[in-house]
Amino acid sequence: MPKLNINGTEIEVENGTTVLQACEAAGFEIPRFCYHERLSIAGNCRMCLVEVKGMPKPIASCAMNVNDLRPGPNGEPPEILTVTQPVKKAREGVMEFLLINHPLDCPICDQGGECDLQDQAMAYGGDSSRYDENKRAVEDKNIGPLIKTEMTRCIHCTRCVRFMTEIAGVEELGLIGRGEDAEITTYLERGITSELSGNVIDLCPVGALTSKPFAFTARPWELIKTESVDVMDAVGSNIRVDSRSSEVMRIMPRNNDLVNEEWISDKSRFIWDGLRSRRLDRPYIREDDKLREASWEEALTLIASTISSVVPRKAAMLVGDLATAEEIYALKRLAEVLKWKNIDCRQDGTMLSPAQGRGTTLFNSTIEGIDEADAILLIGANPRLEAPVLNARIRGHWALGHVAVGVIGANEDLTYGTHYIGASPSDLSKLDDGSGDTAEFAEILRNAERPMIIIGSAALKGPEAQNNLIAAARLAKGFNAIRPDWNGFNILHTAASRVAGLELNFLPAEGGLPTNEILSQAKANQLDFLYLLGADEIDTNQLGNAFVVYQGSHGDKGAAAADVILPGCTYTEKNGTYVNLEGRVQQINRAIFPPNEAREDWAIIRALSGAIGKPFGFSTLTELRARMYEAVPRLAGVDTLEPASYQDIVSLADQSLSKLSTDALAPSVEDFYLTNPVARASKVMNEMSAIKYGQTAKATGTHD
Amino acid sequence: MLQDKDRIFTNLYGLQDVSLEGAQKRGSWDSTKYFIDQGRDWVIDEVKASGLRGRGGAGFPTGLKWSFMPKESDGRPHYLVINADESEPGTCKDRDILRNDPHHLVEGALMAAFAMAAHTCYIYVRGEFIREREALQRAIDEAYKARLIGKDNIHGWDFDCYVHHGAGAYICGEETALIESIEGKKGQPRLKPPFPANVGLYGAPTTVNNVESIAVVPTILRRGAGWFGGLGKPNNTGTKLFCISGHVETPCTVEEEMGIPFKELIDKHCGGVRGGWDNLLAVIPGGSSVPCVPAKEMMDATMDFDCLSGLQSGLGTAAVIVMDKSTDMIAAIARLAYFYKHESCGQCTPCREGTGWMWRVLERMVKGQATKREIDMLFDVSKQVEGHTICALGDAAAWPVQGLIRHFRHVIEERIDQYAANPDTDGAIGEPVAAE
Repeated sequence: MPKLNINGTEIEVENGTTVLQACEAAGFEIPRFCYHERLSIAGNCRMCLVEVKGMPKPIASCAMNVNDLRPGPNGEPPEILTVTQPVKKAREGVMEFLLINHPLDCPICDQGGECDLQDQAMAYGGDSSRYDENKRAVEDKNIGPLIKTEMTRCIHCTRCVRFMTEIAGVEELGLIGRGEDAEITTYLERGITSELSGNVIDLCPVGALTSKPFAFTARPWELIKTESVDVMDAVGSNIRVDSRSSEVMRIMPRNNDLVNEEWISDKSRFIWDGLRSRRLDRPYIREDDKLREASWEEALTLIASTISSVVPRKAAMLVGDLATAEEIYALKRLAEVLKWKNIDCRQDGTMLSPAQGRGTTLFNSTIEGIDEADAILLIGANPRLEAPVLNARIRGHWALGHVAVGVIGANEDLTYGTHYIGASPSDLSKLDDGSGDTAEFAEILRNAERPMIIIGSAALKGPEAQNNLIAAARLAKGFNAIRPDWNGFNILHTAASRVAGLELNFLPAEGGLPTNEILSQAKANQLDFLYLLGADEIDTNQLGNAFVVYQGSHGDKGAAAADVILPGCTYTEKNGTYVNLEGRVQQINRAIFPPNEAREDWAIIRALSGAIGKPFGFSTLTELRARMYEAVPRLAGVDTLEPASYQDIVSLADQSLSKLSTDALAPSVEDFYLTNPVARASKVMNEMSAIKYGQTAKATGTHD
Repeated sequence: MLQDKDRIFTNLYGLQDVSLEGAQKRGSWDSTKYFIDQGRDWVIDEVKASGLRGRGGAGFPTGLKWSFMPKESDGRPHYLVINADESEPGTCKDRDILRNDPHHLVEGALMAAFAMAAHTCYIYVRGEFIREREALQRAIDEAYKARLIGKDNIHGWDFDCYVHHGAGAYICGEETALIESIEGKKGQPRLKPPFPANVGLYGAPTTVNNVESIAVVPTILRRGAGWFGGLGKPNNTGTKLFCISGHVETPCTVEEEMGIPFKELIDKHCGGVRGGWDNLLAVIPGGSSVPCVPAKEMMDATMDFDCLSGLQSGLGTAAVIVMDKSTDMIAAIARLAYFYKHESCGQCTPCREGTGWMWRVLERMVKGQATKREIDMLFDVSKQVEGHTICALGDAAAWPVQGLIRHFRHVIEERIDQYAANPDTDGAIGEPVAAE
């Protein structure tokens, strides 16, 4: 390990460390603009110049590998100086250059308060500029509804270009022109199509790229920052909710190397305008086929009296995609009290069940495990749309040349190169007898030390689901992906609530009906009562004459079909627990209060238990959690992950397998931007959906 | 003065047959096989012993550069890349080689490639050089046809030579930007280390040499390192193509011995300075990137790396730009500053922002619309650009400005005073006369 002398401090660092990292490790701050830990090294801002004894020129510390430094004449460790007069002068010089063409519009710039240029100008810049000429002006670019550009402020660090190319995997931003005429642009004035584009806002060290929906609404220092977890997909990206009084103003990512690194998808980031609109803010009761406002007491009494006349066999409960573990637990208690058996947390109709072993329901390799995989087979999964951040991880690993990806299902652009094997589950057999590209991938899979099989929702729905699951397990076992030291069997969940629901066993009790049968019973007018806990992704037009209670936050499809509406909270308005697709337990924290009469969801269910005369034995969230932890102890392990046994997959593979379907697997996500009630309420998401999927908004003028 | 028998480029002016046949009559492709049979180390040692320094401007010893290439391939191919992106203002030597003596280059490429165990050579020709590229391609085609190069050629070293036509950007003459450009990317210099000898073209070990450096190699091997080393001065050996432009009677490109006195070079080949030696104002001795040298100091200078760097300038590409007293020095340097502003790739901050700043200040100084303290500021800005950039373009942009301030500060000050005395006029003097 190389030894260095930094400002007189001796330090030993790992091989391959850069001088910048070494200086940081030794406790000396190095200013930088273009350098970013997760991007390739550009070395172009020149802010990180340091002196190295024996070198004629100052060096860019971000780009210099410590192994490339030569020891002194008598073998002394290389001496690096970061606080000398020449270094100070060089930094002041670079700072001055950066500022000569940067507008002094900080008072109207949204980056103000969290601007690297501002901060570093304070710390490392001179006190004034000597530049007397005219400043450069650059035309702003329209790159879509998410990112606002103010290109005159750009300092050409190219972080955004590198992010889009390397992490997001779409070459849609670039630097054109040269010299002082160089500009960052989308080449053809097109919007960016990546699902991760919002991250360039965080990466931009100045105010050139800022959030368009957030523009001119708040200053960062007046926002209250609440750490939370995203619920737009099942990855459980760590986020920070920035709020002011009763409104969420924006959502930012938090760093978590195990989950989302420091990226979040555009849906996670720009969803917040949907948190405000179409809210259910008071109970409603349907009268004469019209919903009217009601009081809590009225609503709960009506539900209680209806329940008292319902036969358990003809009643059902469904949990939606955004519910916390706490409310699922409370609802399950309610079902137990009422002896209802028709309950299900899988509103999309997937047939996963912990009864076959917990391992058969999880992303067992873990997200971090992607970095170790050497072959990935996607079956009916489109991680780009189902879990964009996870997809970026696959792409990053692929870009280094460490992994090959095979696809069974719809052949879509995943931002990396794939070996396309076939459209239907029966094409799995091609891995044994295929030719060409398929044979090549089969060979890679056979020789892989850490193969991963990822099964997406497209393969897990419908009557073939169980068969597909068994086939995947057999495949994984056959390719030696199921071992004590490596479990390559992975389910790609799409709903944030799903794994918690499975952990809590919110599934049909013995003799109970699963989602699809509940719905067909309802359609056949065989169901008398249906309780929807935020469940909107079902066909709500075909619920027959069942009495529907909808508990949720948004006036979406479920609320439209309801007889009673109980207004609940969004994920920014309550405390709760989520379990991500790996089985990682994470907690959200309340950032703002729910609007008007809306209440925390667990408390609504608790109140209902009182209304039916069988109150639960808990009346606070802490008490609820204590009961819940008793039932499922691993939910108490917040921020931890309890791996499932690989034996679960082995026994799944041992189940008998019938002939695989030859029907093509449908694309698993129809509209990335509109997958849940909050997203559908968001203007920004609707706009993005219209751009991406070509639906133009209904014209209001004379032409149709 | 160089005797005719010691000339390497015997058809520099295209007066004789350019074809392979003609070149062979003048000695090209003679005994090439013999030199290759002597082995790689022999070729490198011979070039080292000749004292040949790179002719692209920096003057780095060519043999030493070749020896940086890995001795054994680690599975990656080795590449030779020849830099024919001759864009330095004032320089026009490589173009004459490409036009009229291309077989020197093709033969030298084979020998150099052999010396560094490369089977492939790319020649990157400047975008504006259309005819030159055609002439070079013709010579390569002839050599292929005669099986002098190519697979299974008569020299026993498989060798392919490709011509890559650039798009006319000065920065692509920087070796790593040139590599990027060949790879099909935007011509922006790479960070070093890693150096091209480790990670170059397509990630493989690569050496980038100037056209002239490669073209002189066959003659060095043929006539011996001792002959080449015997010409010129110690550490500045051999012959060199000088491109003399500006205020001389007959501007020309001429092959001369290194270390020839400046006066002799001008008197013998260019018919002297326009208006006589007393009319000489200043000289830029090595292409636009080196600082100018005032007449007084230049009179006794010899044309070699060491003497000129002693004058705080450099031999560079040996493009001698002579300026007589009709020259507006400030305007001349302002024009060069504009060139560097225009050609900066925009990748790193000091060069992208600094070149434009320097040019704008100089444009004002041409008219005297400046203050005297701005002269020091301009010098300081040039110092902030110099040495703080990824490639040497920052240095190249800064040096002419520094040369101007170092030697002609009084001119700038006079101009400022003139303007201050006549602020109503558009400028202190009439239209500036640049080095036309």
